[in-house]
Amino acid sequence: MTSYALSRGIKQGHKPGRKPGENPWSISRMVALLVLAFLAATWLVPFAWSVLTSLKSEADAGASSLSVNPPDGLGFDAYRKVLAAGDIPAWAWNSLLTSVAITLLTVATSALAGYAFSRISFRGRRWLYVAIIAAIIIPPQLLIVPLFRQMLSFNLVDTYWGIILPQAFAPAMVLILKRFFDQIPVELEDAARVDGANRLRVFWSIVLPLSRPILAAVAIFVFIGAWNNFLWPFIVTTDADLMTLPVGLQTVKSAYGLQYAQNMASAILAALPLVVVFLFFQRQIIKGIATTGFGGQ
Amino acid sequence: MKGAVAVKGVQKLSNRRGETFTGWAFAAPFAVLFVLFLVVPAIYGLYLSFTGETLTGSGGELLGFANYTEALTDPDMWRSLGNTLWFTVLSTVPLVVLSLAFALLVNLGLPGRWLWRLSFFLPYLLASTVVVMFWSWMYNPKLGLINGVLAEVGIGPVAWLQDPKVAMISVVVTTLWWTIGFNFLLYLAALQNIPEQQFEAAAIDGAGKWRQLFSIVIPQLAPTTTLILTLQVLASLKVFDQIYMLTNGGPAGSTRSIVQYIYESGFTGYRFGYSSAISYLFFAIIVLVSLAQYKLINRRSAA
Repeated sequence: MTSYALSRGIKQGHKPGRKPGENPWSISRMVALLVLAFLAATWLVPFAWSVLTSLKSEADAGASSLSVNPPDGLGFDAYRKVLAAGDIPAWAWNSLLTSVAITLLTVATSALAGYAFSRISFRGRRWLYVAIIAAIIIPPQLLIVPLFRQMLSFNLVDTYWGIILPQAFAPAMVLILKRFFDQIPVELEDAARVDGANRLRVFWSIVLPLSRPILAAVAIFVFIGAWNNFLWPFIVTTDADLMTLPVGLQTVKSAYGLQYAQNMASAILAALPLVVVFLFFQRQIIKGIATTGFGGQ
Repeated sequence: MKGAVAVKGVQKLSNRRGETFTGWAFAAPFAVLFVLFLVVPAIYGLYLSFTGETLTGSGGELLGFANYTEALTDPDMWRSLGNTLWFTVLSTVPLVVLSLAFALLVNLGLPGRWLWRLSFFLPYLLASTVVVMFWSWMYNPKLGLINGVLAEVGIGPVAWLQDPKVAMISVVVTTLWWTIGFNFLLYLAALQNIPEQQFEAAAIDGAGKWRQLFSIVIPQLAPTTTLILTLQVLASLKVFDQIYMLTNGGPAGSTRSIVQYIYESGFTGYRFGYSSAISYLFFAIIVLVSLAQYKLINRRSAA
C-alpha cells in the first residue's frame, strides 16, 4: 500500500453513491434505506435482547421472556450480583494483562524481524523467510497437543506466560511490516548511517516514527485477536484464578444454571470493554482491520 | 545514482559478517519464539503421530502408521471431516455474498452511514463465548426470542440446537452474524478505492446503476473477492469455538468439527498420538485446499 493509499484509508475516501444532481429522495434510494435499516436492526437484535434480559429479575427472565415491561420492572440487580461475585473483574484483568503483553511482544518482534527482512542482507535470511511464509498456512489449532505437552515440560501450564508466549509472535504480521518498510525510501536511513548512527538507532528514530499508522493497525488487530482468543487459553489454564474472560465465562456458564439475567449480564459485561473502545476509536480500528486484513496492501 | 549503488555494494561485501550478526540480532526475538512455539511443536506433533503417546506419557513407543490407518477407517473422523467441509460450504457462500451486498448498500451514501457500519461490524469484536451466550439464549426452545416470535405467528417451537436437521444451520447463522463484519469492512474499503472517474465515464456512456455494478464494481473487486474467499475458506475449515460451545458437536455428532475431534481425542480421550495423526491428516487437506485455490487464482489472473 502506498502511503497515499494508506492516508486515504476508509473514512477519508470519497463518499461515493449520490452525485450532486441526483434526487436524494428517489424511490430506489428509499427502498435501499429501508432494506438497510431492516438488516441493521436484525444485526442489533441479539444485543438488544440480551441487554433487555440482563435488566430483568431472574423470575421475569425465566417466565415472560418476550415482555419489554416485566412485572418486577427493569434494573441492574443482575449486574450487581455478577460483579459482587468477583470472577468477572478478575478474569477481565487476566485478559487485559495477557492481551497487552501479547500485543506488545508481537508488535516488537514483528517490527524487528520485518526490518531485518526488509533492509539487512544476512546469512540465512532466505530460508527463514521461506519458513515464515510456509508457517502462515499452519493453523495453530492443529498444534494444541504437542504444544500442551511442551508447556507441561516447561512448567508453563496454568501460568500467564503459558498463555502469552505461544501467541506472542505472528508470521503474517512480519510480512505486513516488511512490505511497509520496503516502501520507506532507504535514502532517509542512509543519511543517518553516514552520520554514524547504528541500525538499532536508525530503526528506532527514523523507521518506527514513519511506521506509526501500520504499527497501530497491527497492534489493534493483534489485541482484538488476543482478547477474544478462546482455544489456547482454554487448554493451558485449569486454574479459575488465571482464566481469561472468554475461558472463565465458558467454564462457569453451567454454574449460572437457570439464572438467565445474570448469564446475560456477564455476557454484556464481557462484551463491554471492546465495544466501548471501539466507539471511541472507530475510525482507527476500522482502518487498522482493513489494512491488516488486506495484508498491508 | 550508479555510484551510490556501487558504493553500497562494496559496503555490503565488507560488512557481510557484521550484517549477518545485525540481521540475526533483529530477527532473533521473533525467530526464537517462532522456533520454540511453532517449528518445534510442528515437528514434535509429527513424531507423536507415529506413537501411542497418552497424556500421562505412557505408551510412547513407535507404532509406525497405525494411528493413520486407524484414523482413515474411523467413522467419527470421517463424519467430523464431512461436517467441517459442509460447514465450510454453508458458511463461506453467505459470508462472501452477503458481505458484498451489505458493503454495496452502505456504500450508496445513504444517511446514517456510521450506524450501518457499526451494526454490521460490532459482533466481530465479541469473543466467541459472548457470541454463544447471546445465541444460546436466542435459540432457547422455550424462552428464546426466535421461538417466541415464531409462536406469535403460529409456527414452532423449533429445537434449533437439538434437532440434527437444524443444528448446523443454526451454527451457520450464528457464525454469519458474528464474522460478517470483517469481510464487510474489506469490501467497503475496496469499494472506496474504485476511482470515481470510472463511474462518471460509465454514466456519460449511459450505463445505469445496475449496469455499472456488473461492468465496473464487481470486476474491480475481483482481487478483494479472491482474498476474502481464500481467508474465509481457511477460517471456516478451522471452526471450533462456536460449535463446541453451542452444541458441543451434537446432537449425535451432527455438528462436530474436525478441530473438535482433534481436541477430544487429545484432551478427553487422552490419546495424544492419535490426535496428532488426525491433525496431520487435516493439515494435508488444508495444504491441498490452499494449493487448489492458488492454482485457481493464478489461472484466472493469467487469463
